[in-house]
Amino acid sequence: MAERTVTSEGIGARLLRKEDDRYMCGTGQFVGDIKLAGQLEAAFVRSPVAHGRLRRVHIPPALRDRVFWSGDLADVKPIRAVTALAGFKPSEQWPLAKDKVRHVGELIAVCVAPTRAEAEDLAEQVDLDIEELPAVYDMLAARKPGSALVHEAWGDNLFLTSFEGGDMDAARRAAHVTVTRELRTARQAMSPLEGRGAIAHWDTRLDQLVVTTSTQQPHIVRSGLSECLGIDHGRIRVVAPDVGGGFGYKGILLPEEIVLGWVARRLGRPVRWLEDRRENLTAGANCREHHYVITGYADRQGKLLGIEAEATIDAGAYSSYPFSACLEGGQVVSILPGLYDLPHFRCTAYSVATNKPPILPYRGVARTGVCFALEVLVDAIARELKMEPNAVRMKNLVRPEQMPFTNITRKYFDSGDYPECLRRAIAAIKFDEVRARQASSPSPSPIRGEGWSEGRQHGERGNRRLGIGFAMYCEQAGHGTTVYAGWGIPMVPGYEQAIARLTPDGGLELRIGAHSHGQGLETTLSQVAHQMLGLPHDKIKLVHGDTEYTPYSTGTWGSRCMIMSGGAVAAACEQLGERAKRIGAKLLQCTLDEVTLQDGKVTGPKGSISLADIAHTWYRRPQDLPADVDPAGLEVTAGYKPLRDSGTFSYAAHAAVVAVDPETGEIEIVDYVIVEDGGTLVNPMIVDGQIWGGAAQGIGTALYEEMQYSSSGQPLASTLADYLLPGPTEVPSIRIEHMETPSPLTRFGQKGIGEGGAIAPPAAITNAINDALKELGAELLQSPVTPRRIIEALAMAEVKRGSAPGAGGHLKARPRSRA
Amino acid sequence: MKPVDFGYARPATIAEAVALLASNPDAKIIAGGQTLGPMLNLRLARPSLLVDVARIPELTRVDETADLVTLGAAITHAAIEDGRVPDFTNGYLARVAHGIAYRAVRNRGTVGGSLAHADPAADWLTAFVALDAEVVIAGPRGTRTAPLVETVTGAMATSIDAAEILTGVRFRKLSRKAGWSYHKICRKTGEFAEAIGTFVEDDTRGVHRAVAGATGGKPIVMTDWHRESSAEDWCAFLRSEGYRADPYEMRIHGAALARAVVEIGQQ
Repeated sequence: MAERTVTSEGIGARLLRKEDDRYMCGTGQFVGDIKLAGQLEAAFVRSPVAHGRLRRVHIPPALRDRVFWSGDLADVKPIRAVTALAGFKPSEQWPLAKDKVRHVGELIAVCVAPTRAEAEDLAEQVDLDIEELPAVYDMLAARKPGSALVHEAWGDNLFLTSFEGGDMDAARRAAHVTVTRELRTARQAMSPLEGRGAIAHWDTRLDQLVVTTSTQQPHIVRSGLSECLGIDHGRIRVVAPDVGGGFGYKGILLPEEIVLGWVARRLGRPVRWLEDRRENLTAGANCREHHYVITGYADRQGKLLGIEAEATIDAGAYSSYPFSACLEGGQVVSILPGLYDLPHFRCTAYSVATNKPPILPYRGVARTGVCFALEVLVDAIARELKMEPNAVRMKNLVRPEQMPFTNITRKYFDSGDYPECLRRAIAAIKFDEVRARQASSPSPSPIRGEGWSEGRQHGERGNRRLGIGFAMYCEQAGHGTTVYAGWGIPMVPGYEQAIARLTPDGGLELRIGAHSHGQGLETTLSQVAHQMLGLPHDKIKLVHGDTEYTPYSTGTWGSRCMIMSGGAVAAACEQLGERAKRIGAKLLQCTLDEVTLQDGKVTGPKGSISLADIAHTWYRRPQDLPADVDPAGLEVTAGYKPLRDSGTFSYAAHAAVVAVDPETGEIEIVDYVIVEDGGTLVNPMIVDGQIWGGAAQGIGTALYEEMQYSSSGQPLASTLADYLLPGPTEVPSIRIEHMETPSPLTRFGQKGIGEGGAIAPPAAITNAINDALKELGAELLQSPVTPRRIIEALAMAEVKRGSAPGAGGHLKARPRSRA
Repeated sequence: MKPVDFGYARPATIAEAVALLASNPDAKIIAGGQTLGPMLNLRLARPSLLVDVARIPELTRVDETADLVTLGAAITHAAIEDGRVPDFTNGYLARVAHGIAYRAVRNRGTVGGSLAHADPAADWLTAFVALDAEVVIAGPRGTRTAPLVETVTGAMATSIDAAEILTGVRFRKLSRKAGWSYHKICRKTGEFAEAIGTFVEDDTRGVHRAVAGATGGKPIVMTDWHRESSAEDWCAFLRSEGYRADPYEMRIHGAALARAVVEIGQQ
């Protein structure tokens, strides 16, 4: 790690984002904004059933030049996202379904027309003969023998069984309490503002397929297109223009992209497809559906002796490219210990194939489910021990003096002070005050409306009950070659490269293979370059999102860009600075070791020369250069890896105060605090934005988002009236505090923080709700926690207590009708 | 998610609109399009012709007599929310309008469109039933009026004929002393209601109405009630009215009424 000079515009500055101007003024350029001459629009015929044998696709003969099916794409290969994990069963996903359809919305045929509406008219004329098969819609039932099979050749429905851990006998024997819970997180549809979309056209001059697509990973999409279409990489260019939110939803090679590429080549015309919201909700990839049976063993003082779990993940019908169907399940078994120092651990995770769209690693990936299972269990253990949950956490967190710490699943925690993070969250949420308010609020009275209008300002209006809950996590980011070589998925990150070059007028061009779509990399990488070279920000330009102009990269995922692209830009700028110094020293007629580079100038004993003048001399007045100048020039490609590629571990404590209405199950988040440590923060303002945005999505997971399926595998939400997302009034004003423990592994001590906001809210909010309802004996173990689930949990608790629900209630004056 | 091909007409008068509807049996009326728009895009509605009534001058008028007000059907929720339509209800309608969906919907959505669509979970249906409103309906045989609560026959069902247009909603002005309340329970701001409890009390005019809305069918009207009624009382009453629901739904309907009753006159 390099020492750090704090400047007003370099690392650590709260610089306004360069990209805000075009995003805020509506001048961004998204796939939907692009219109090429002669462009056609595509609509897809999609499977109406979850599972069936595709007997026949009948296309009216008059439409054969505008409608294409799998028989036309005979030379196209299926998407295969394999892993190197023992026992993994690969799936074959044909871009247009061949013999079987395995989820509602799977592509069957593509129709092209001058407008989307006309293309949809064509799609309505295609007749399908499908023999419907029993749908595999429940991942737990799918694991049992006798279940219908998504992929018959497998013999079962398991993509993979992941296992991690050892013997639990010692923990079992020593435990004072053994607490088991069954928990679930709902299946979610990822909902970036902009859905997917792509335009394909064949550039006849360059003899090249150009695919402009809303992706996080242009180079990976190019590799995938090359494999499936059988076209060399050099004859494919993938452009990711402005992208309206990724979150993992755009980390996939889409069958739609392959089909568009084929059609554009066949017809010689540009073809565009824009995913609409119904396609997004019913046919696009999903995330998050986990089930846990988890047991914690603890001693009398709350020391965790072990955690044992069986997890099931609904991975959907196909293994998606490049992350595969098993990243989620594989992660679960290795990250379930959280940030605790556990003596014993054992976990099995089943990645189950079902007749649902494939899963993708959504912001936080498996951590959101894992954090929910572990942190809700910790609170349950605390209730069992009659301890404060945070006392249990404190007993078990890895301590700062243990850092760097290798945990029971061999995760290498690089730095941090977890207990301090929790202490600060406890202080910031004013824990003692909340407990005092809870103690002073009246005991629950029978369910009725009286008192509703009193005490509004305190959050406990009517019979509402306050609760406070916490959750912690640590988040591995920027992990690289050795980790992904172990997974053996189609994509293994190596050295991340950046290109830095001075332009003839002294501007700096940076080129990266990752993509920025809300992360603010156009600003933060400019801050890195400014830190290295001292050039002003208006002279620094980031080029990204185009395979033609940028070095190969696995792209933007895993909270890696500030670590990897940041490190690569620093390395490239450093080398570029050395080259400039060498030329500068010649021009200043002194030796290299006599010059320094600062504030965009090379300075020697007798004077200084600006980088702009050095660039001008190199490009425009080479006659002024001495004969022995370094011919390498002012363009550098540099590669970067952190000192270890096991990843940085940022972490946070989330604290939520909620008011729960036991009459209606309504939930209000009264206060929310996040204390996080992302190491050295390159731009704390952008970090705040990342955390707020992530937390909003986490609140969606906690309280709103749920994609349910019928027993025939039909998705039950097809519009945003049915699939609820949190809006501005559902997301409270979240207070953020930063800690900055530098990572010893990265260039500036920075850690990845892109996903954390979305990890802890379901656990923290559910713990707060369970705290609010603990005297009523209700416990919520399923996300999202909805008013209905609260009322049902209260009714169950009432039954357990032996009193019939809804009993009593004196009828005063009974109203009568006049309808 | 784009509509099938359809024709579009923008008649200048109600009479022209009625004539278009009479001669095009598959035609649909569009005003704000906040429900029909999505239905068209989802291809659930496939009309041959859209008859756009939003700019017919007669439909954006407010007509007033000493006792009665008639709001034109094409008046938007936003116009009522913003007070661009005179208030005859001590702020009741403006408050209800403010809680409908989102501002973008309120800018375009119309009172008449909402009532004619008769979605049980929509706000205007319940609110105007609480005002004991009538609807004015124009058709090939002239204009008629009918009580709203009778015109709505069930969930998204009315007795309005395909060739008829709901042209306005008529109700008695509330006196200055009148009180009201409107309590909606929904999952998030702007979502359709899961339960609505609303009260209008105007003693000088003998108005004493409670309405339970978002019941999945017609709003349930009660005229003989007491401020002391509890949530259980309200639930018992709804059951006696034939309302069937699971325990959660019953509970929130009881709660909406129990809360609304204590909120009368507090807005």
